[in-house]
Amino acid sequence: MFSLNVAEPLLAQADPARIWTWTFVGVTFAIYLYIGWRSRVKETRGFYVAGQGVPAIANGAATAADWMSAASFISMAGLISFSGSDGSVYLMGWTGGYVLLALLLAPYLRKFGHYTVPDFIGARYYSDTARVVAAMCAIFVSLTYVAGQMKGVGVVFSRFLEVELWLGVVIGMGIVAFFAGLGGMKGITWTQVVQYFILILAFLIPSIAISSMLTQDAIPQSGFVFSDISERLNEVLMELGEQEYTKPFGKFSQLNVFCITAALMFGTAGLPHVIVRFYTVKNVRAARYSAVWAIIFIAILYTTAPALGLFARYNLIKNLHESQVTQIELQTGDAKPQSFDFPGSREAAFEAVQQAQTKNEQAANDSSIPKTSITYFLKSPDGKPLNWATQWQNTGLLKVDDLDRDGRINLKLMEIKGTDGKTVKRSELAKIDKDIIVLSTPEVAGLPPWVIALVAAGGLAAALSTAAGLLLVISSSLAHDLYIRFFDPSASETKKVMVGRVAILLGILVAGYFGVYPPGFVGEVVAFAFGLAAASFFPVIFLGIFSTRVNRAGAISGMIVGLVFTMTYIILCTADKVLPFLFDAPILTADQWLFGISPQGIGTLGMLLNFVVTWLVSLGTAPPPKEVVELVEGIRLPGQAGSAIGH
Amino acid sequence: MMSDSSKTKYWRANLKVVVFLLSVWFLVGYGLSIFFIESMNQINIGQLGLGFWMAQQGSIFVFVALVVIYAVVMDRLDRKYNVSD
Repeated sequence: MFSLNVAEPLLAQADPARIWTWTFVGVTFAIYLYIGWRSRVKETRGFYVAGQGVPAIANGAATAADWMSAASFISMAGLISFSGSDGSVYLMGWTGGYVLLALLLAPYLRKFGHYTVPDFIGARYYSDTARVVAAMCAIFVSLTYVAGQMKGVGVVFSRFLEVELWLGVVIGMGIVAFFAGLGGMKGITWTQVVQYFILILAFLIPSIAISSMLTQDAIPQSGFVFSDISERLNEVLMELGEQEYTKPFGKFSQLNVFCITAALMFGTAGLPHVIVRFYTVKNVRAARYSAVWAIIFIAILYTTAPALGLFARYNLIKNLHESQVTQIELQTGDAKPQSFDFPGSREAAFEAVQQAQTKNEQAANDSSIPKTSITYFLKSPDGKPLNWATQWQNTGLLKVDDLDRDGRINLKLMEIKGTDGKTVKRSELAKIDKDIIVLSTPEVAGLPPWVIALVAAGGLAAALSTAAGLLLVISSSLAHDLYIRFFDPSASETKKVMVGRVAILLGILVAGYFGVYPPGFVGEVVAFAFGLAAASFFPVIFLGIFSTRVNRAGAISGMIVGLVFTMTYIILCTADKVLPFLFDAPILTADQWLFGISPQGIGTLGMLLNFVVTWLVSLGTAPPPKEVVELVEGIRLPGQAGSAIGH
Repeated sequence: MMSDSSKTKYWRANLKVVVFLLSVWFLVGYGLSIFFIESMNQINIGQLGLGFWMAQQGSIFVFVALVVIYAVVMDRLDRKYNVSD
């Protein structure tokens, strides 16, 4: 048995899963580097929109990889697994938004033909202010988002390859810097195509295996519907005192399911890094068909995820519930770990655990006391050693605590009296992070080591592909929308591309820093990025296409009102996490929420406000000039999409 | 160059397609999967309630179909009004 602390490096090296993982990661990274080298570009058109000659199906795959982030690959199935029926907000939110994008935005923006979303907003609202506001929003949303991807890279490296998190992030940064910096959008596009196939294989193979195992049906989508697995899970959950899996509105109220779904949908449609992918194809028709390919590619993962979520929850309970403790290991700081075997030294073990827990409680308030990690070695009810559970405890993402000291881990909810005298309901599974569900499925299901390695490579592909797309948006906003436009409009092509490269490198450095040292707000803001995008971008782009009456004053006031309202509400509800140095509790608690809407869903209200303000202010001020009306009429007709104009 | 009236007609036809497809989108995504999920759960599909299945999987199949139909119908519209390139 090996531990993550590299206590026995020789044994660790011999682990076949790790050899496979190094091989897969090495091979895929070599491919990304090769593509980056092959597609190095010299001009801005290649750098920002891949020369606008990407075939529809390739752009579809690239869009799917761009779209599906580390969160879609690593976290979503786990989120669904723990939210039951209400997990639909993520499934529908992130696919339904795609319908909006395909029908309402993508074809028209392609016809418009410029390089970036701020380009469109600046031209449509004949305003440099609007362009700058849009560029700032794009940078803000993309930067918080990309930090999460970088952290995802670090987590995969540290969990599967036992590399320090920071080193994992640095390796990821180096790879992205190479293929995105050298090849720009062209390099990114073709690596994303490859990354899509890696990530989808990595997602499907374990899902098919676990589906065959639990439902005797190799197709997860049909095993989900036609086997009795959902009934079995409902029964097990009821026995444990939890809510039935398939019952709606356990996690969110009906109003919040509506608001969160809508915020995710409209936010997704307004995310700049996905919109720009549609600038890379030849014409409007190709933009429509690449939307078709992209949603098909996305749906393959998104219809598998709910099945995997359900199967994994069942499998996890079956393995962990009533599992036996075989050994407990305690380690304080760098000291030699203390180990107790069961059942022999059970009494001594729990005495030591009790002391360690008391000390850890003191350590929470006093950083001079070193913390002790407590690791349970477990054996499933049918006698298999649960190595994966030990490894996940070492990462801190999984914690068990044998509360009744009977040497077995019970997942039943129990009423426990806390130190403050209040009773809380908890089980002996003290903590389980949502990310464990996907990453541990191959191990929990006992699949061969190369599958584990494939999942690691898939997680990296998902994180790197999204990171690259976001970095390009940051680069184009900084270099193209801000620097070149306002400070050096007469720069040569060579210089423009060079500025773009420098901007990508800057973005990578900042993202990497945030990935290693995430400031409190990053984690919080990522969860709300969609609401912010819905409240700021969507209405302005949509009305800019579908109305000729909406004008500059309307758009700017709408964007500002939508963004400020949503942002303020989110900060009020999460003050303790966003501004921890100022507040120890949220200013608005759950029972004071406006109409009971959670901060995750408030973007929907912000978006409605944006629509109303944009419309009313536009009606109260002069209509836009004639050239703008002609521009709008022009983008409504697919003909002569041609290449980007005015560059 | 096309005449202004045929431009307007093309745009109207385009809007009709979009409004129709988005009505289906709303009905499936919000109607069946959120507002009426509990009554939909009274009906079964396989071993699952129809509402639960719609919310977690069925709606996604419908979304794919909508994007496919949009591309095909718009293709025809482009040819009818001769606006493709």
